[in-house]
Order: sequence, then C-alpha cells, then structure tokens
Amino acid sequence: MAGPDDRARDTGGTGNADGMSDTNGAGGAHEANAANGTTRAGTTRGLNGAGGTTGTGGLDAALFAAWAEEIAAAVRADRDRLTALDSAIGDADHGANLDRGFTAVAEALAGGRPDTPGALLSLVGNTLIRKVGGASGPLYGMAFREAGKALGDAPAVSLADLDEALAAGLAGIRKLGSATEGDKTMVDALAPALRALTQAVQEGQDPAEAVGAAAEAALAGAQATIPMQARKGRASYLGPRSVGHEDPGAASTALIVRALHAAVSRTAGAPGETSRRAPEGPA
Amino acid sequence: MVGVVLVSHSGPLADELVRLARQIGGADVPLAGAGGTDDGGLGTSPDLVSRAIEEVDRGDGVVLIPDLGSSVLTARLMEGPGVVIADVPFVEGTIAAVVSAGSGASLEDVVAAAEEARTFRKL
Repeated sequence: MAGPDDRARDTGGTGNADGMSDTNGAGGAHEANAANGTTRAGTTRGLNGAGGTTGTGGLDAALFAAWAEEIAAAVRADRDRLTALDSAIGDADHGANLDRGFTAVAEALAGGRPDTPGALLSLVGNTLIRKVGGASGPLYGMAFREAGKALGDAPAVSLADLDEALAAGLAGIRKLGSATEGDKTMVDALAPALRALTQAVQEGQDPAEAVGAAAEAALAGAQATIPMQARKGRASYLGPRSVGHEDPGAASTALIVRALHAAVSRTAGAPGETSRRAPEGPA
Repeated sequence: MVGVVLVSHSGPLADELVRLARQIGGADVPLAGAGGTDDGGLGTSPDLVSRAIEEVDRGDGVVLIPDLGSSVLTARLMEGPGVVIADVPFVEGTIAAVVSAGSGASLEDVVAAAEEARTFRKL
C-alpha cells in the first residue's frame, strides 16, 4: 500500500480537483454501452469494461449499488469510531446520523434499484438529504446528487466519467459548505482522493487500482486533518483546541472512498483485493 | 405579506421563537417553525422545512432564518425564486423580520431589516 499512498501524496500540488470540465466528453462514453442497461441486481457485470479505463462505459448501476451497500456496511461497522471522533470536537452524532442515512439508502435500494448510475447516485443523495438530520446530510447528499446529475442517464459510465462526476460532487460540497482545503472538513479527504483518481485515470490504471489510489489518498487526507485547526462547523468554535483530533467528516469521507474501492475490487474480482477492510488505517 | 420560516436544530427552540415573535412582532405575519428531525430529535429535516415554506407562502416571498449547523445547510438547499436566507442572529433577526413583514414590507426590505439586527448593539 505504500506505493499508491506515496503517489497520492505526490499529486498534492496539482490543484485541479474542482475544475474537471476539461476531461473527456462524457456524452460519447454514455452512448457507447447502451447494451449494458438491462443489468439486474446480483449479476457480476459491474466491470464488464474493466480492460479499458477511458472511453468505454464499464461501471453500471450494479456497481454503484454495491458501493452504496459497502458504505452502509462500513458506516455500521465504524459507527462508534465516527461518533467518538465527533464527541471530541463535534456534537457526537456523526456515526449515528450517517448510519441512519445509509440504512435508509440500503432500504431504498432494496425497494427498487434505479437502472442507471446517475439515477442511483441521485437516489442516494436525496435519501441522505432527507434522512441524515445533521450537517453531513445536506453535504453528502448534495455530493451524491451532483455526481448523479453529472452522470446523466447513461446505462454505464467510464472511470473518467466517474472521476468527473465525483469532482462535481466535491464542487457541490464546497459550494454548500463554503469550505476549502485546510479547514478541517470532509474536503480535506475528498480533494486529495480526487487528485489521485484523476492522475490514475490519466495514467490509464485499471479501475480497482485507480480507486485504490484514491482511497489511500482519502485516508492520508483524513489523517492530515489531525494537526489542523477547524475553520468550519461546530469544531471551529473550539479554536486551537480543535487541534489534535481527526475530523469526523474527513474520516467518513475516507470510509466512503474506501467502500468504493471495495465495491470496484469485488465486482472486478481482482486478486488480492477481496476485503472490504482494505486499505486499512489506524482508527 | 412576506412569510418567515425559522429553521432550527431543535424543534422546541423554533416553536418557542415563533411564539415570541408572534407576541412581539404581530399575529398576522405568516410564520412557521421547522426545527429538529422528522422523529423529533436534534437536527434538521428538509421535509419539515419545505412544508413550512408552503405553509407561509402568500406569493410575496419567504425568508428563511436558520440558527446554525445543519439548519444553515438545509436552508441553503431550499433557496430559490422567492425563497431567500437571511444571515442573521436567530432571535433578533427573527423579531426584526417579523415586525418588518407585518408592516407590509417587500421581501428585499424584510431581509434588509433582519440583517440590521446583526449590527444592532444592546448596550
């Protein structure tokens, strides 16, 4: 894991995370895989285009549903850790709020899975906005909704499309929360993750490898919030006393990107990438 | 008449401020509280906020006054034509907005009146 981690850190200066409109035209990729649109739950076709990371839409609704399920399981497993982080500098509800939100997401998906990645992420976003209750609801909800909107109604999307969509999600979080990197927020995990993902896409890495690099960068980004002084949210009232604690929002963002890696790896069946716990980091 | 919605992290806090504002600002202003989660916990519910907006909308615009945290973010999700956020102290801004709305002021003037509360000194 040292390799991807180092690479992720090295991308820190590119500063291109919120200006993604220059990536390849999504429209063509969206139309390329219309035949995949009939995929149903339980199939293993999520990465049927795994060989090509650009231009072909290989990530379908089943993959994005698997991501949501991985997040729900990970949030449930780490609920107490997130709440403990939030009790240090927040109002001790982050784990419970996210658990409620993603449990509602899992229920919504069980009741009927949308056929396209865009519609699926929009459903995730709208459910989080309505169900989470805390500040992370509108923030993550906006991120998933904007990402869903960016994916349009394509039945399957490419890794480059996903990268672009997640950048739209990050832009949504930044706009709503007015946060920038260094404020000790979820942006401090998501922005470096997307820089790593963009670089991996440009290098032509396969999806599992690319998303693995993003997960490593998100984890490093979350841990880098520990020495920061909070400038947003309740923790900002603590001033210098917010230093020395990992930001709960950055921690949950790392978990969400890690869940994407787990979903992509599981669907791709890549050797050595079978555990939903990888890449693991200290609590 | 311009409507006012109080968006709070806490249901009882929003409801009590509605009571206070009605008493001081006037009973005629369309005013609603939207505090807490759907199940009455601490937090914010977009469903409660959008229901409150519908309830107070008389066609002259609606001012949202959030207190803090998720209230602000949820209110921002509701912004749109005729629905604006007043970035003001929760209690003082609410009283100013309700008094102004009760005088028949426009949406713009109600927001401006509320914003004056931010610099109004008590001593």
